[in-house]
Amino acid sequence: MANITIDGQTIEVADGTTILQAARMIGPEVAPPTMCYYSKLKTSGGYCRTCLVEVSKGSEKDPRPMPKLVASCRTAVMDGMEVKNITSAKVIEARKSVVEFLLINHPLDCPICDQAGECHLQDLGYEHGSAKTRTDFERRTFEKIDIGPKIQLHMTRCILCFRCVKVAEQITDGRVHGVMNRGDVSEISTYIEQAIDNDFSGNIIDVCPVGALTDKTFRFKSRVWFTKPMNAHRNCDKCSGKAVIWYKGDDVARVTGRKDQWGEVEEFICNTCRFDKKLTSDWTIEGPKEISHQSVISANHYPANMVKPRELTLNNIKPITLIAGEIK
Amino acid sequence: MSKKILLEHINVPGIETLEVYRSKGGYSSVEKALKTMTQDAIVEEVKKSGLRGRGGAGFPTGMKWSFLAKPEGVARYLVCNADESEPGTFKDRYLMEKIPHLLIEGMITSSFALGANTSYIYVRGEYFYIIKILEKAIDDAYKAGLLGKNILGTDYSLDLHVQAGAGAYICGEETALLESLEGKRGNPRIKPPFPAIAGLYACPTIVNNVETLAAVPSIVNNGGEWYAGIGIGRSTGTKLISASGHINKPGVYEIEMGITVEDFIYSDEYCGGIKNGKKLKAVVAGGSSVPILPADLILTTANGEKRLMSYESLADGGFASGTMLGSGGFIVMDETTSIVENLYTFARFYHHESCGQCSPCREGTAWMEKILHKIKDGHGTLADVDLLWEIQSKIEGNTICPLGDAAAWPVASAIRHFKAEFEDYVKNPSSISKVKHYHNMNNLATA
Ligand SMILES: Cc1cc2nc3c(=O)[nH]c(=O)nc-3n(C[C@H](O)[C@H](O)[C@H](O)COP(=O)(O)O)c2cc1C
Ligand code: SF4
Ligand code: SF4
Ligand code: FES
Repeated sequence: MANITIDGQTIEVADGTTILQAARMIGPEVAPPTMCYYSKLKTSGGYCRTCLVEVSKGSEKDPRPMPKLVASCRTAVMDGMEVKNITSAKVIEARKSVVEFLLINHPLDCPICDQAGECHLQDLGYEHGSAKTRTDFERRTFEKIDIGPKIQLHMTRCILCFRCVKVAEQITDGRVHGVMNRGDVSEISTYIEQAIDNDFSGNIIDVCPVGALTDKTFRFKSRVWFTKPMNAHRNCDKCSGKAVIWYKGDDVARVTGRKDQWGEVEEFICNTCRFDKKLTSDWTIEGPKEISHQSVISANHYPANMVKPRELTLNNIKPITLIAGEIK
Repeated sequence: MSKKILLEHINVPGIETLEVYRSKGGYSSVEKALKTMTQDAIVEEVKKSGLRGRGGAGFPTGMKWSFLAKPEGVARYLVCNADESEPGTFKDRYLMEKIPHLLIEGMITSSFALGANTSYIYVRGEYFYIIKILEKAIDDAYKAGLLGKNILGTDYSLDLHVQAGAGAYICGEETALLESLEGKRGNPRIKPPFPAIAGLYACPTIVNNVETLAAVPSIVNNGGEWYAGIGIGRSTGTKLISASGHINKPGVYEIEMGITVEDFIYSDEYCGGIKNGKKLKAVVAGGSSVPILPADLILTTANGEKRLMSYESLADGGFASGTMLGSGGFIVMDETTSIVENLYTFARFYHHESCGQCSPCREGTAWMEKILHKIKDGHGTLADVDLLWEIQSKIEGNTICPLGDAAAWPVASAIRHFKAEFEDYVKNPSSISKVKHYHNMNNLATA
């Protein structure tokens, strides 16, 4: 076991826990933002650098501070370690720069992007970025491509988090896409255009933090904040069948995995559930999916008394975090 | 003439052949190591020698070797980093081309010391002709019983393979190299684990530069103390310097560590002074990644001492007034050189070579290149210079691998020492378009 202190709050965690996991155990007020780490995907994290933190004390044994900021998602805790997240000016500065780096080539086409309203880059920019851009160079663009009948890749929006690559590698029966080229012309691609088509391919949509991978069965159907999410399940022979179905009026506009407090799916779902079960009669409805009151999705949907007072006092909760669990 | 170790026999006709190489005492370290020494004893000698990695970071080789994990029943590997792609560095090429058996001897002796039975030389793809030279030398070594099963009749066996890279600077970074060697995309790994614990195919692996491994035979033959007696302080032994730029005698030189920079630039034994009687303006002392220094600071430290060719002396003053020995790529610039143009070229390189895994390097290197392009063409603003400074400072230290730092340092040092030149580019764009080269008399050496 190791004792670790993050922004002044101490917790005891198992050896091998990462700083990020420890921070999440303490709570959202000290958890660094993440764009590439995904708890359900092995070897994820380390790429985006939004979760950088300052280690002001290495451990009880070796109290020296670490010379550089470290990626909290890929750094294991040590007993006696002291970490500064939002209490470090260096971290705040570095994070602001990472947001800037991620945005200098981003199209900022949120008004026409299906991800808007549940986009982690929007949240990140809103919370950690600056209001003005310092670049007027032409932005990098790519052609949109259809990767299979149900998924569209809009590479221009991609932040190269590698999550979709890891999904393909770890939960589907064959990865046919990856990162081509290098540097700032890197792109997610199937190289020779081919369909990403297998029973679990749709999960790349759920893990994509931005609007680079979108569900073609939902494209342009509705802004997410006009839909109502419901926890629902069905008997499925391929996956757990536990999903969230998003209603627009009386129609099921789309189906997604159930995301936790950190915006990560609890269980991956199969393509049959996701793309082919769009009737209420396909599902057993469990009840409304709890959405953080700060999320734009929750606007106008639920009575005000559903907002827990506790949440109101925490201004660090990510505005568009979906909180799983029963409504009390 | 100063001490020569690596290049002692370089001018002997036929030294690239096994026969001539052996006639000059070649492969005696293999004989000595395999027949008379234990693995630990060799590691101990290398520790005592004070040899430091010649690939750029200068990490003590013996210490690195002692970190190698040795779990029972798990293969260990030695991988030679011959990717040599740092602009300004071409010493490994020279060594492998002229005296390939020295590297192979070093690899056999080192592999034995580390308990590796399979080793690799990962060669920069553009060095295709060197791959042929190495393969021929390896072939001959196999035939002579120096490689393969039961080397020289002992129970030690080693297979040595040459693998060509495919043209990426990033594959010189040791973990990207290992990925590439495994047949994957050459992206640096996130560390830990370090290669000494989990390297090639997740087995304990040591990655060493060509020149590092080529120094091992002399250490085994003469002892670590002998090697430690050469050089100065913690910069022991000799170092190959790739000298290029505006000098009379560009080329690869073996120097004893500790000679003065001034001697290296101006003496006839080495660079032979600045070409065409021009004045020295600046030097990039250790390959494109290390900070550029203006003439006065490369010749003397901020304390007024003569600067020496050693890890410590070149680093004296930190980045405020010092630089690094790096890989020993010594690029000399005369008074006609435009620091801005040069920096643009470097920035273009790092942008092109970034693997793109992490956001600060992927986006930042491209951004810096664009801004420098703007400035060099006379369209920049003073705010652009400040922005450049800001961007480099946000890449440095925040990336997965040191390529981010390598891209940031040249920018930081050029602005630190030559800010006036950037401002001139911004303020007097018309004069830039007329003269191809920029003159900055304030920064010229008087030597
Ligand atoms: C971007 C980058 C490129 C590198 N290129 C080389 C190279 O071409 N050759 C080399 O020996 N080391 C190179 N290195 C350093 C290696 O990562 C590693 O430190 C070195 O091979 C270790 O060997 P040494 O201890 O003998 O120096 C590079 C490092 C980085 C970050
Ligand atoms: S497409 Fe989405 S999930 Fe895939 S790398 Fe890009 S941002 Fe990440
Ligand atoms: S610093 Fe650059 S080269 Fe190194 S891993 Fe990051 S993007 Fe790749
Ligand atoms: S979440 Fe840790 S680096 Fe991306």
